[in-house]
Amino acid sequence: MSNYFGNYSLYIALIASIYLIIKSYIDTNINIKNLNKNLVLITSVQTVMIIISFISLVVAFIISDFSNETVFNNSHTLKPLFYKISGSWGNHEGSLLLWLLVLSVFLYIFLLKSRSQNTKYRLLTLLFQQIIISGFLIFILLTSNPFNTVFPIPSEGLGLNPILQDPALAIHPPILYFGYVGTSIIFSTSLAALVAGNIGDSWAKHIKSWVLVSWIFLTIGILLGSIWAYYELGWGGFWFWDPVENVSLMPWFCLTALLHTVIVLEKRNLFKEWTIILSITTFSLSMSGTFLVRSGILNSIHTFANDPSRGIFILSFLFVLVIMSVTIFFFNQKKLTSTIKNSFIISKETAILVNNWFMMFFLSVVLVGTIYPIFLEVLNGSKISVGPPFYHNLLIPFLIPFLVFMSFGPSLKWIKDKLKKFEYNLLIIFLASILISYFILINAEKKFLLSVPLIILSFYLLLVTINDFFNKKSSLSQKISHFGFSLLITSILLNGLFSNEFNANMKVGEERKFNDKVIKLNSVNVRDIDNYKSLKANFEIKNQNSFIQLSPEVRIYQQPFTITSEADIKTTLFSDNFLVFNILKDDGYYNVRYQYKPVMIWIWISTILISIGGLLSLIKKNEKKY
Amino acid sequence: MYGKKVKFRALFIFLILISIILSIFLVTKSLEENVVYFKSPTDIKNFTEVKNTEKIRVGGMVKKNSIKINDKEIFFIITDFKNELLVNFTGSVPNLFEEGKGVVAEGILKDKSFLNADKILAKHDENYMPPEVSEALKNN
Repeated sequence: MSNYFGNYSLYIALIASIYLIIKSYIDTNINIKNLNKNLVLITSVQTVMIIISFISLVVAFIISDFSNETVFNNSHTLKPLFYKISGSWGNHEGSLLLWLLVLSVFLYIFLLKSRSQNTKYRLLTLLFQQIIISGFLIFILLTSNPFNTVFPIPSEGLGLNPILQDPALAIHPPILYFGYVGTSIIFSTSLAALVAGNIGDSWAKHIKSWVLVSWIFLTIGILLGSIWAYYELGWGGFWFWDPVENVSLMPWFCLTALLHTVIVLEKRNLFKEWTIILSITTFSLSMSGTFLVRSGILNSIHTFANDPSRGIFILSFLFVLVIMSVTIFFFNQKKLTSTIKNSFIISKETAILVNNWFMMFFLSVVLVGTIYPIFLEVLNGSKISVGPPFYHNLLIPFLIPFLVFMSFGPSLKWIKDKLKKFEYNLLIIFLASILISYFILINAEKKFLLSVPLIILSFYLLLVTINDFFNKKSSLSQKISHFGFSLLITSILLNGLFSNEFNANMKVGEERKFNDKVIKLNSVNVRDIDNYKSLKANFEIKNQNSFIQLSPEVRIYQQPFTITSEADIKTTLFSDNFLVFNILKDDGYYNVRYQYKPVMIWIWISTILISIGGLLSLIKKNEKKY
Repeated sequence: MYGKKVKFRALFIFLILISIILSIFLVTKSLEENVVYFKSPTDIKNFTEVKNTEKIRVGGMVKKNSIKINDKEIFFIITDFKNELLVNFTGSVPNLFEEGKGVVAEGILKDKSFLNADKILAKHDENYMPPEVSEALKNN
């Protein structure tokens, strides 16, 4: 039943989409004062249809309707309800339906929120957004229909991969998608504003909330992805420069650049072309992110076996959109009246431009590292991967100037400022950060060439951003986000510098020495729980002044036969003690990995702070309006 | 003489060009140094020389009954059903590392039949198989 509902509502949505494209195109060419009410009505019908379609998929998952091929492939009657629901978007077909859902919901919200804007601009946004929506609808209906049926109806589903049953993994795709799809509105509106000729400060104010919304969701989405990798994968890290992680980071760099540029456009009416280029790039990166993850082209540890032919469609669709936007850009960019305003080299404008340069550099590095393997494989068939050292070598040295600029850039004034102002405050802060770094680095075992300036500068920036809370030069949201960012950099550096790990194969009762610690495997208890067998180990880690007990677990599922390791992590404000073990053979040896990870929790906290800053800015912006 | 604005623009474009050239240079240099090639045991058999400074990735299946464990190390054999490679590894292995399943080991080749691995990767997907292996399986 729900299959028919889902399927037909998608067709209705497609018809609505085609109608809207034609109608809005006609309407833009005749000068009308107000948006035709039918257009909004039909958009809402379309949104409702897509919601119905999505709900029917979720229902099919909840009631385990195995006549639906997607449900059959990805669900199982024994799955807990929460994972049945999240399973509906955990697969290729469902995730695209979710993309579509967010696309149309965002468009509807846009139409409601943009009543004060001019009609041509609203019509054009509707047009561009409907082009994207129709593309996705056709893609879903042709290549990845979530409502394909199976006959005869199987009695049990195939999908019960326990590794994928994790709360952070279940909710992070939708949140990432909100971020990705939010960029589609930015893309459509900037093209629309370009054609309608109203790129300027008032448009910037209007678009800023969409940039903020996408940016906040993307930040949280990346955070949840890292948390999942840290807790569930048991590799003891939060970022692996894996292609699938990279494709979420690239739009983030772009959005961060855009977030800053939009402020310049709002306050100074500058960087018009650049804002549009950034909007187009951000959306293209989000689209190609979906393409790369879902096509199976990426040689990634996260990749799930998939059908590469689907990728061709998204790639050609992306290609069409990019060609379309570049053409529109070239034919309309003359309309951008450059309001001649003098800006001097030392000013907030330049500081933001510098921020953009750094973001673009970081973006290019990640982009090259991610697509070079694909490029080379197509070129001469050799298979390669680009390891973390590539990213570290290129990104870390550039962090030094970046941190310097970030420490004084935000406090510069618009138009013109002087650098000569000498502040005793800053000198004291600088000396303090040298002192702190000295005491920290004197204990470091690992020594890197750049660790000294990096640690000093990150502490300097941290103290400067704290100091900024006491003067009123900038908004509170910016202060919080910048403070969060400097805290993030400091935590990542300290974490990288002081983390250490110990690997061994141990038998029950054995003791091993690691640095000043003694690690002992006390016992392994075997129990039968629900649908798996649990092996719960008891480890103790001792040194002169501390004693920690850790109980990691190995779960052995029979259907399908899968082994998962549940790490045990003891978190304090200062450090994480991370222990995971694995079983290889029935010969009494357990494969053990112990990790000491300082300031781990601050990496999560600081990322949350960064997004809180964004949220605050969004709320405050809306307050002013009403 | 050129006006102030033109000069400013010229300086701006010059700076952009310099930074683009600089980044291209740095990126390509770093890429050369940090690329890890993916090989199958058969590829390795056909090597003319073994570079024991360069990291490589070897993909294949873990041979049945080949895993051996002692206090510190794990030994196993990667096979593509034509040729085999002995791997030794110190560290923790992912859950999907199992005899008879696909695996990717990263490390330095000691000679044509022995890899000193420092990283073991296995895929999330239990049905995943390295492309080379599935090709080799099809051929047999």
